[in-house]
Amino acid sequence: MLQKIYDWIDDRIDITPIWRDIADHEVPEHVNPAHHFSAFVYCFGGLTFFVVVIQILSGMFLTMYYVPDIENAWKSVYYLQTEVAHGQIVRGMHHWGASVVIVMLLLHTLRVFFQGAYKKPRELNWIVGVLIFFIMLGLGFTGYLLPWDNKAFFATQVGLEIAEQVPFIGTQLKTLLSGDPSIVGAQTLTRFFAIHVFFLPAALFGLMAAHFILIRRQGISGPL
Amino acid sequence: MHKGKGMKFVGDSRISAERKPNVPKDYSEYPGRTEAFWPNFLLKEWLVGAVFLAGFLTLTLAHPSPLEGVADPTNAAYIPLPDWYFLFLYELLKYEFASGDWTILGILVLPGIAFGGLLLAPFLDNGPGRRPHQRPIAVGMMILGLASVMWLTYESAAHVDWESRAEANKPIPASDVEIDTEDPGYAIYENSCLQCHGDDLQGGGAAPALIGTEHSAEEIATIAVEGIGSMPPEQFQGSDEELQQLVDFIVSVNEQAE
Ligand code: HEM
Repeated sequence: MLQKIYDWIDDRIDITPIWRDIADHEVPEHVNPAHHFSAFVYCFGGLTFFVVVIQILSGMFLTMYYVPDIENAWKSVYYLQTEVAHGQIVRGMHHWGASVVIVMLLLHTLRVFFQGAYKKPRELNWIVGVLIFFIMLGLGFTGYLLPWDNKAFFATQVGLEIAEQVPFIGTQLKTLLSGDPSIVGAQTLTRFFAIHVFFLPAALFGLMAAHFILIRRQGISGPL
Repeated sequence: MHKGKGMKFVGDSRISAERKPNVPKDYSEYPGRTEAFWPNFLLKEWLVGAVFLAGFLTLTLAHPSPLEGVADPTNAAYIPLPDWYFLFLYELLKYEFASGDWTILGILVLPGIAFGGLLLAPFLDNGPGRRPHQRPIAVGMMILGLASVMWLTYESAAHVDWESRAEANKPIPASDVEIDTEDPGYAIYENSCLQCHGDDLQGGGAAPALIGTEHSAEEIATIAVEGIGSMPPEQFQGSDEELQQLVDFIVSVNEQAE
């Protein structure tokens, strides 16, 4: 049955070459922890991807309850945390995932750095990677405000004050982020929400696609 | 790919009518013990993912994610703190050479050099050797950078009393509780406690909320007279009867909040 469905689709859109392009690539011995235990350092990139998937899924469930306005944001998070079945766990996964993803990114970056894996011809992929790192920090900064509790509010206020001190464009930068040159309020929350769930994830997906295409093109770096 | 004359297509599309079999490449001629990613490698690697997921779920179950009281922009006593991975930048701005007249150094120049160096690492460290000892400058800079970030993070985090922060900022759904200002206990509360614990018992910069307190009625009475932690003694000065009214009032607000 499944085979028939597959054949039917394959007949129409020739899916096999696409599928083989995605799935079929070599895993050399030196990166395979089944053969060399120390090769676990090569797992950090894949684990980062795994946490990103957790973040996306848990985030999608959070938005089923979360309300991005200053009257209800905190209440919706409180409700999710205390009343909704498994809400505590879903929020917990997103909260801890945000920290774990930074840790995994750091480990992955250090693996690539200390192995000198960013050297020719992989310079571009390193740059893509560092941009991903910046996007992740941006996601952390904007996500921190969303529960609209005291630590969220005051940390964001400090962050925006720092942005304001940037020479020449400081005030504009702050206004762009918070919707007002001095108030951290309703506009700030909706902007941070939009940045957190639409702008930065879109950039992240684009960069991750570039990252993976480059890895497939170039193959993993050889043994040291 | 098949090209040129004699190609057959599906209908009027550009899909070739010739089917290719869906089989992995043969990796046996590759050096060492190379294997196919799908399915051979993945069939083992899911174990790593499973162990990781188990650890991750244990973490989320053991430590529920924190939520403080709803944002109160008028709370002037609140000491702001960013999430842990921004602490090093925050701490940097406390140094003399990175604040005041030198703020630009702290917010742009130093982080700019560090992150700019990271971004351009492949071009700064462009020799052919990949091993760490073949590129001592790059490796040295990275270790220096890592050590500074860790030191700054430690310096920042070590001076925070995390437990009392969490205690002082417990979440209370304010809307549910109505304070009965006619209650005889309220007048006593107003005189003795309101200044620090807030007009809705919601707490403030210097004192925790009294709603959701874990203390019993007797304990509350003792604390009002003898103080606790950073709360000085003799906040309440009055008769035993008034003390009883005060405690009854606080307990009744707590019962209502449940
Ligand atoms: C969402 C974030 C990221 C994901 C999901 C990701 C994923 C991966 C994966 C799966 C690999 C294959 C090898 C391995 O797993 O170690 C890889 C390789 C690589 N990554 Fe990342 N990565 C991310 C972020 C970064 C960052 C922040 C950097 C650098 C600053 C970076 C630089 C590189 C480079 C240069 C390679 C090629 C290394 C080689 O061929 O040995 N990546 N990445």
